[in-house]
Amino acid sequence: MTENAAEDSKKSASRWTRELERYALLIAWALLILFFSQVAPDSFLTWSTFSSIIFGSQAVLLVLTLALIIPLTAGDFDLSVAAVLTFSAMLLAILNAKLGWPLWGAFLVCIGMGLAVGIVNAFFILFFRIHSLIVTLGVASFIQGLILWVSGSQTLSGVSNTLIEWVIVKRLFQIPLAFYYAIVLAAIIWYVFEYTSVGRRLLFVGRGREVARLSGISVTRVRAGALISSAVLASLAGIINGGTTGGADPLSGLTFLLPAFAAAFLGATAIIPGRFNPVGSVIAVFFLVTGITGLNFLGVDTFVQNMFNGAALVIAVSASQLVRGREEQGIT
Amino acid sequence: MTDGKGAPDSGAPALLAQHLSKTFGGERALEDVTFSVAPGEVHGLLGQNGSGKSTLIKILSGFHHPDSGGQLQIYGKDVGLPLSPGQFRSYGLAFVHQHLGLVPSLTVLENFVVGDLATQQTGFINWAELRRKARETFARFNLDLDPQAPVADLPQVERALLAIVRAFEDIRAEHEAHGTPGILFLDEPTPFLPKEGVDQLFTLVRGIVREGASVIFVSHDVDEVMEITNRATVLRDGRLAGTLVTEGATKDEFISMIIGRRVEPFQAVPQDFTTKTPDISIRNLAGGILQDTTIGLHKGEVVGLTGLIGSGFDEIPYLLFGARRAATGILSLGGHDLDVTEMTPGAAIEKSIALLPADRLGAAGVGELTVTDNMTLPVLQQLRNALGLDRGGMRARAQELGKEYDVRPNAPLMKLASLSGGNQQKVLLAKWLQTDPALLMLDEPTQGVDVGARQQVFAAIEQATKKGSAVLCASTDYEQLSQICDRVFIFARGKIVQELRGGDVTKDRIAEQTLLSLSLGRSADTTLESGANA
Repeated sequence: MTENAAEDSKKSASRWTRELERYALLIAWALLILFFSQVAPDSFLTWSTFSSIIFGSQAVLLVLTLALIIPLTAGDFDLSVAAVLTFSAMLLAILNAKLGWPLWGAFLVCIGMGLAVGIVNAFFILFFRIHSLIVTLGVASFIQGLILWVSGSQTLSGVSNTLIEWVIVKRLFQIPLAFYYAIVLAAIIWYVFEYTSVGRRLLFVGRGREVARLSGISVTRVRAGALISSAVLASLAGIINGGTTGGADPLSGLTFLLPAFAAAFLGATAIIPGRFNPVGSVIAVFFLVTGITGLNFLGVDTFVQNMFNGAALVIAVSASQLVRGREEQGIT
Repeated sequence: MTDGKGAPDSGAPALLAQHLSKTFGGERALEDVTFSVAPGEVHGLLGQNGSGKSTLIKILSGFHHPDSGGQLQIYGKDVGLPLSPGQFRSYGLAFVHQHLGLVPSLTVLENFVVGDLATQQTGFINWAELRRKARETFARFNLDLDPQAPVADLPQVERALLAIVRAFEDIRAEHEAHGTPGILFLDEPTPFLPKEGVDQLFTLVRGIVREGASVIFVSHDVDEVMEITNRATVLRDGRLAGTLVTEGATKDEFISMIIGRRVEPFQAVPQDFTTKTPDISIRNLAGGILQDTTIGLHKGEVVGLTGLIGSGFDEIPYLLFGARRAATGILSLGGHDLDVTEMTPGAAIEKSIALLPADRLGAAGVGELTVTDNMTLPVLQQLRNALGLDRGGMRARAQELGKEYDVRPNAPLMKLASLSGGNQQKVLLAKWLQTDPALLMLDEPTQGVDVGARQQVFAAIEQATKKGSAVLCASTDYEQLSQICDRVFIFARGKIVQELRGGDVTKDRIAEQTLLSLSLGRSADTTLESGANA
């Protein structure tokens, strides 16, 4: 977190607005918790609610969001992450539960699949110079078809207990281990983004491709690396999802796509405003999950989830635009 | 030659501009300019870069508001200044800029009628009718254009012709409504056209004035102005230098009016390095417009590259750096022969070559990232500690460089875009100079840089030469070239046509030779070789 806005600026007023902006999402999260603790049943503001529902249940969404911000930082969209997640969980269920493969063998196949999808995405985007939105949309749809084919449109269960144990049963401070995996991943991405030259290159490729190219950065290699990373991380999210649900179904994983994008863009308004950043993403995921959990405690129907995700995203990004005097958004 | 000549002089002039001035933040860009254009006349508008030509045109197109006191009459009618953007249309004025304003992926017809489609509300577009009308118009001017063809498939000449006919049709519609024949501005339409293309364009211009309209022809090319115009107005340093009647004026008269005679400002004495063997040599470089160019460079020397627009000199830095693909070329540097066709920016940097592009926030640096981020990009390898990038060290480096190159304010965490143009340029120059490049290439290094910062940029370049860099500077700013260069190469149609050294490296001499370069290029296409073949 080294990017304080203009320390040397004499206008401390604008510095305070900037500082406030950095932590606005965090403050909004605190206010949201405060609000629900007043209006929702007492059971809302308990450690068990937080440990198991808010922190514990959404490790998959968190990993997927973190996967997304890598290509987003390099200026590419990856719409295929949710399909890769679902396919990965399905392969795991088929190989481990149905065919009796050992877990490590199934893991290798899942990750190999992620790697392959990333390479395919990168090839079409970079070799044919097609917009990432189009390629990954097509690839996502293609993978959805594959999932229905290999699963026979069936939900599978019976994934090895070892995995389930290591994902959600084992807990530290009552929070399932999956949460810690996601946090470790966030820390690694934060380190790469902020403290390695790879992270700098990623940033320059996303913000000024021509500048990056003329500074000697191999733009193609960086973009390919970002797209492959997101697909591989999405396949890991699929493995965690398999451990969380104990199986796989051919459709539910796809619903992660929109919340993950919402969290990525929402997270880009916090901590390092204007940049996709892992800490902002973590806060954004918890903000969204808290809102939805709170609404559930109030007995609101589940369709509110979509409304809340969408509204939070548009309102938060609009608010941050107001703060910066509607200057052009750097993100996309 | 004869078709458009003999302008009618009865009645009011088509355009009469009086006492136009424009001040930008205390700088007079245009001062008390008065000129008139007769109906049916082709009127040239000439002047060097910075003479006020584009300011004048932008006032007439409503882009700039002139200072008060100016007056404008069109066909004898007073027109209130300032004009609002686009208002010129209702006075029968139309502009064709160098960029033409065509959408390449759309068809000829779609481009042709886009103006009508933008302004008229119709629920049904009768394409067959539009096509028929377009064909009629094209036929009237003897243009062989297929309305259905995508503009992307047209050669450059036909695109220019299409843009001109389109603009003329706008005027004609106005003509039918108000009875004034209209005025067409052609803003440097020719630099990218081959000779036959220019002839075709002139035939079209003659056709247009025959229908009664006036044409204002803006160009750098004195030969072309002498061929097509009836009269020409020359601007110099924002003032009216004079109006010449083309018939009877000599080329020398034009050129001396464009350049003027004035005292040369202070400048460094150019050094002659050419007695020594070159340390760096560029051989048979070609790509884009540029053809077969050979230049030798010496350590500590600053070599200028210039020419008119479209002469190809500005491609050289990008070709050598691998930013654009070269067709042929060898670069000898540090005892190695490098194949320029295989060059990539990464490889160039490894060979200690640096490029500072002209597009400051598009290609040289990222405006929304900080000064630190921008400055340290090429040297991240040096700024590491055991834990990864040393953020404190990066900031300290930026602070140090900011002090050395006098970046104001010296605030490493400020966004690059919030600095002034001159300070941005100092940051970006520092970005590359810290790598001590063997070959430093600059494209328009002081464009949009204020006078004070300009001197600092020059000082930084001189500092680099003292450390042993060879510098290639592509620029159309002759004063700048005369101040920093030891030698200057002038290009025309992709080739070197002139090399200036020693006492010849003066602003006036460079300007004069550049204006003459097209004639040099025409007469001596193959004979003149670079003097630096050593």
